[in-house]
Amino acid sequence: MAKSGRVADAPRTLIEKTWQRHIISELGDGLCLVYIDRILLHERGGGLALAALSRAGRRVRNPNGVFATLDHVVDTHRGRTGADLVPGGPEFVEALRAGSAAHGIELFDLADERQGIVHVISPEQGIALPGTTIACNDSHTCTLGGVSALAWGIGTSDLEHVLATQTLVIRRPDTMLIRFDGTAGDGVAAKDIVLHAIKMIGASGASGYVVEFAGALVQEMSVEERLTLCNMSVEFAASSAIVAPDEKTFRYLATGPFAPKGDLWERALDDWRCLGSDADAAFDQAITIDCRSIRAQVTWGTSPEDTLPIDGHVPDPAQCRDPARARRALVYMGLLPGTPISGLPIDAAFVGSCTNGRLDDLRAAAQVLKGRRVAPSVRALCVPGSARVKRLAESEGLDKIFTDAGFEWRESGCSLCFHAGGESFMPTHRVITTTNRNFENRQGKLVRSHLASPQTVAATAVAGHIVDAQMLEDAAP
Amino acid sequence: MTANPIARVAGVAAPLLRDNIDTDLIIPSRAIRMNKQGLGASLFAAWRYNAQPRRENPEFVLNRKPYRHATILVGGSNFGCGSFREAAVWALRDFGIRGIIAESFGNIFYTNCITNGLIPVTLERSIVHRLAVEAEGADRQQSICIDLESCTVRLFDGVVVPFNLPSLYRTMLLRGLDMIDVVLERDAEIVAYERRSCTERPWSAASRLTKRRLVR
Repeated sequence: MAKSGRVADAPRTLIEKTWQRHIISELGDGLCLVYIDRILLHERGGGLALAALSRAGRRVRNPNGVFATLDHVVDTHRGRTGADLVPGGPEFVEALRAGSAAHGIELFDLADERQGIVHVISPEQGIALPGTTIACNDSHTCTLGGVSALAWGIGTSDLEHVLATQTLVIRRPDTMLIRFDGTAGDGVAAKDIVLHAIKMIGASGASGYVVEFAGALVQEMSVEERLTLCNMSVEFAASSAIVAPDEKTFRYLATGPFAPKGDLWERALDDWRCLGSDADAAFDQAITIDCRSIRAQVTWGTSPEDTLPIDGHVPDPAQCRDPARARRALVYMGLLPGTPISGLPIDAAFVGSCTNGRLDDLRAAAQVLKGRRVAPSVRALCVPGSARVKRLAESEGLDKIFTDAGFEWRESGCSLCFHAGGESFMPTHRVITTTNRNFENRQGKLVRSHLASPQTVAATAVAGHIVDAQMLEDAAP
Repeated sequence: MTANPIARVAGVAAPLLRDNIDTDLIIPSRAIRMNKQGLGASLFAAWRYNAQPRRENPEFVLNRKPYRHATILVGGSNFGCGSFREAAVWALRDFGIRGIIAESFGNIFYTNCITNGLIPVTLERSIVHRLAVEAEGADRQQSICIDLESCTVRLFDGVVVPFNLPSLYRTMLLRGLDMIDVVLERDAEIVAYERRSCTERPWSAASRLTKRRLVR
């Protein structure tokens, strides 16, 4: 099933190898019927899709390959009772519980030690595997490219479709290579690298593409950093993103309870070691980004492309891609052109989400927080990405570092990434956040969100104003 | 899901020419309910209403005549980016929008349009921008038309421009088909694929997954 016009043994990319394996048939105009190996559900849409299937008298084709969790609208306060604070939230939770039970789907419910944000738990449980196709009712499903799965976020109707047929109709993607050259400086996180890439490529720049991230920098990254990298690819409009698997990937997945075991694991490894893009494989587009000069990054506006180096100044809208949008963004953010982004006072700080809610992220923030205190006027929260992340963090004492510093230590969930969980930050409050979207009203009505890495968020929480973690000593009162 | 068949959309086009209009803007997270109906009232809520007391913002395009009765939106690039929420499309439908013209669309939003009987039309930037300027000056009598039979848009000046839509999507919209029915007709192909891939890559076969093993 070679791509038309190419011979079967021509060099292929990781994306093409995975794509071609999963094509059931071609449907014309580039559309293909694609087999989906794993399906993941959360309560914001999962219950709706399952209820619609029941109403139509249809069944879930392969319940064994479907996993459900509660993350989007659940309360993340410590000692949560399961009471849901979001308007209409309990209905979504109950619908997923009822639907999962009716269709024989395993649900990681609130009391389950495997519960967590869907994109955090599927790699840690060994559900997402290299070379597999995955679909989930969530736009950040592209995260799973960090463990070399080809994963798509889909709407509720498509979720119904994939549950009933184990397939999706998808347009054959164009392929884009983003190669990171050079070594990044000290204290530069995967989040900084990807924010810089989004600024360069633009929020709509990879529309229609699946992206492979490569280069020495990506090879050196931990699996969790790669998950962060791929997570943000939807913010430059890529339909998905992926990183080649290597020994780090295999070590990360080996302990996952749902990963293959024994002989099956060995056979899988033989296959996965050949999955990476061939040396001469051609991409439809290739971009090289020099990482040597990248510093910590922080956003100033209402799109992830509105990114600045932390020593930068708020731009003149006339110099932006869409000046009218930039002007509106400045009004919304309460900023004037030319203002240095460092030194901007903040009201709140958030560590968590599918972007930066994994153990490495919490460690990075804790390293900054150790022996320090959050500025008195700042409300600070840490929400681990999964119950497992929380447990492991507590076993190495990170919770103590966070709480000693004045952070709230929460149960896992999406939480204030998008004013779910029944909470929001205060109107016009300025929030430094490890999440993925700085959209208007995303974290609460009129809330001003600045996206950054866990290190930058921790340092900023301590200083009370935006600051480079590397400069924190100087900024301390 | 099955949507009503749709062949053409004619009517008032509302200009909303801004790049990267995300689905959080189209419908706020908190307005989403289990019910697909009735979401039109919350469409673009943050722009459409002034807060406390909640009143219509008279400057927002959908609160102005003739756009209050718009059936078509003209948006910038990457329209519908962001969250997967299909409620964005349900809200647009509920308001009365049946076609959206933009330079490009968020990937998931585009598919959500197809499954819900909205026509997503991709046109080049210069045409979209001209259309938005003309829509701003248009009165109630002036309309444009998206024709799915011919995959064309008739602009205000009568000029007809073609747009691309995969023929399967076009057929689905024209006939109001449910893609699940279409695909289940190919069940034998899916079964054959599963048999083959289970032999070739048993480690990824769902049938091999043993559930209810707890994480360490």
